[in-house]
Amino acid sequence: MEIENNKKNDWMKYVVVLVITLGLFAVAGGLSNFFTNKKVETMQEVQNKLATDILSSETQFSLLSELSCGQDDGSENLSGELSDMASKIDYSENNFKDNSVATELKRYYTILEIKDFILTKKINQRCGNKRVPILYFYTTAENCTECTKQGFVLTELRKKYPDLKVYSFDYSTDVSALTALLKIYKISDKELPALVIDENKATGFKSVEDIKKLYPNIIKLLPKDTTKIIPVKK
Amino acid sequence: MALFLNIIFYILTFLAIYVQVFFLVTFFENRKKIVIRTKDIELEHYPSVTIIVPCYNEENTVGNTINSLSALNYPKDKLNIIVVDNASKDGTWDVLQNYTDNPQIKIFQEIKVGKHNALNKGLENITTDFVGCLDADSTVHPEALKRIMTYFSNPKTMAVAPSIVVNNPKNLIQYAQRAEYDMAHYNKKMLAFLGGIHVTPGPFSIFRKEVFEQIGIYKKAHHTEDQEIALRMQKNGLQIDHAPDAYVYTNSPSSVPKLYRQRVRWIYGFIRNALDYRELFFKPKYGSIGIFTLPSGFISVIGTIFLLFFSFVQLYTVIARKILQTQAVGFHIINGKVFSFDFFTLDSRTFVFVSIMLYILVIIGLLNGRRMIHGRKKYIWWDIPVFIIIYMFIAPIWLLKAVWNAVTSKEASWAKERDYLIKSNN
Repeated sequence: MEIENNKKNDWMKYVVVLVITLGLFAVAGGLSNFFTNKKVETMQEVQNKLATDILSSETQFSLLSELSCGQDDGSENLSGELSDMASKIDYSENNFKDNSVATELKRYYTILEIKDFILTKKINQRCGNKRVPILYFYTTAENCTECTKQGFVLTELRKKYPDLKVYSFDYSTDVSALTALLKIYKISDKELPALVIDENKATGFKSVEDIKKLYPNIIKLLPKDTTKIIPVKK
Repeated sequence: MALFLNIIFYILTFLAIYVQVFFLVTFFENRKKIVIRTKDIELEHYPSVTIIVPCYNEENTVGNTINSLSALNYPKDKLNIIVVDNASKDGTWDVLQNYTDNPQIKIFQEIKVGKHNALNKGLENITTDFVGCLDADSTVHPEALKRIMTYFSNPKTMAVAPSIVVNNPKNLIQYAQRAEYDMAHYNKKMLAFLGGIHVTPGPFSIFRKEVFEQIGIYKKAHHTEDQEIALRMQKNGLQIDHAPDAYVYTNSPSSVPKLYRQRVRWIYGFIRNALDYRELFFKPKYGSIGIFTLPSGFISVIGTIFLLFFSFVQLYTVIARKILQTQAVGFHIINGKVFSFDFFTLDSRTFVFVSIMLYILVIIGLLNGRRMIHGRKKYIWWDIPVFIIIYMFIAPIWLLKAVWNAVTSKEASWAKERDYLIKSNN
């Protein structure tokens, strides 16, 4: 009896279950969106803080043209913020369904990096080379294994030498300020990854040892206490 | 490639969730009809029943099986037992000699190897209206037969399947199987409501005698005769029901290799039998079996194998990245913050939530099955994660092997499996 009754309702039931299943998928999609939006908000917060900090450093720099070089210029923690932002953007590009938000944030981030780079250079000129900026160019437009490896090397270097400032630029980011930077250092998309340290360019993958050999002054210029950290390879 | 994999993933999870929701809706529709009796019952009328016990090299267990049949609360004159020794090479035949004086028990020998031959030998010798079989590695609850017989008050019910319970689990593998069987009870009862049961299990499924008169006796069927007969019944429109409170206790494989062999045989049998009955697929006239049971069985086989492949691809990307990192900066086991927790890097893609939903639905089904079979007792709960973890890793392997065997037509053998079990037990 039961079975017969069920047979009559069968088709209706198949439809109802389809609707419920679609509903569950919609909820899953909604949850995913909710959390992605939360993440975008977090990124925007970090970005805003970064912008404020850079602006603050710049203002401080202009205001105190007599700034004594030993004084804290406020840019100490910027390096950390920049890398935090970089990793979040990297994650979003790989994991967000719609990464147009990530792309937009990345454009802004690129400009902030260039601003900070200029500021660091200015401070260095006045106070002697205290912080070493490294410009790092990579691409996400094509599969660049060497770029991924180079990223690991720079993360490692920054861990060992906190005064190193790494500015990473995605070649494919559409920002005119970046185009200008690429022109200045004559970076072409054929020779990525590329590094610029002390105004010198190096292309292709460079290991920690390579970088140390190419730019021995990196280590020399760093404050003594940080050079005590155990080197990467014995 | 990644997009392609994702699309397949979503299609398969969609179908899997669909099946689970379908079961859940069926459960809520019918839950009042699920009868679990805990006390002894009396029937108005006791139909005569024969139970066939096929055995192959079971000198150690056949005695228990026969004793549990004799201990059934059922009038002795209405219950016959036929034991068929299927060319055993051990002392099974000698053990059976102890029962020659018992008027309830008849003993036969079948020299043609194959469970279907043993069962048919029994069928040739029945004189009762109902017939069932019991594998010699199983025992029955004293009330099981009476509880099953109540389902035959519906004249359209042609066979009733029992609830198979893992007998006295001792190790993790057996506890995992207990959880799995609870899930299977739920699935089976829901399929019964839908009229789509695809197997009348070897242990203690009871049939009306007419079934065999109408559709013929057991056939050689890829060592899973109990699946073939159910499909043949479905094809001929004969209804199969399920008695959740008719407990049959089965000795479950106690190690991964034993479990592996059993499952390769089951799934191989499912695939081959389903292919033999492929004309049932998607034909509304055959009811749920063709529209629901067989396709969802295939989906679960394909889905599990795909999931293994999918996980390997995911694992590969992680490992490839680690290798690149090692190449670039050398190997560091602990490098700064390894266990740092950041909400930001928690995966929040849709597929994560979809997978969580699927797991929740499966666990709800398992708990429903558990409560359906055993009532509202308190249970250990850890066998559920143990089941999920163990099966997640090994189920795809036996599925792959079964598919491979089905494709290359290599038969998994019940007799060989029994030989193996006996060898590894000794």
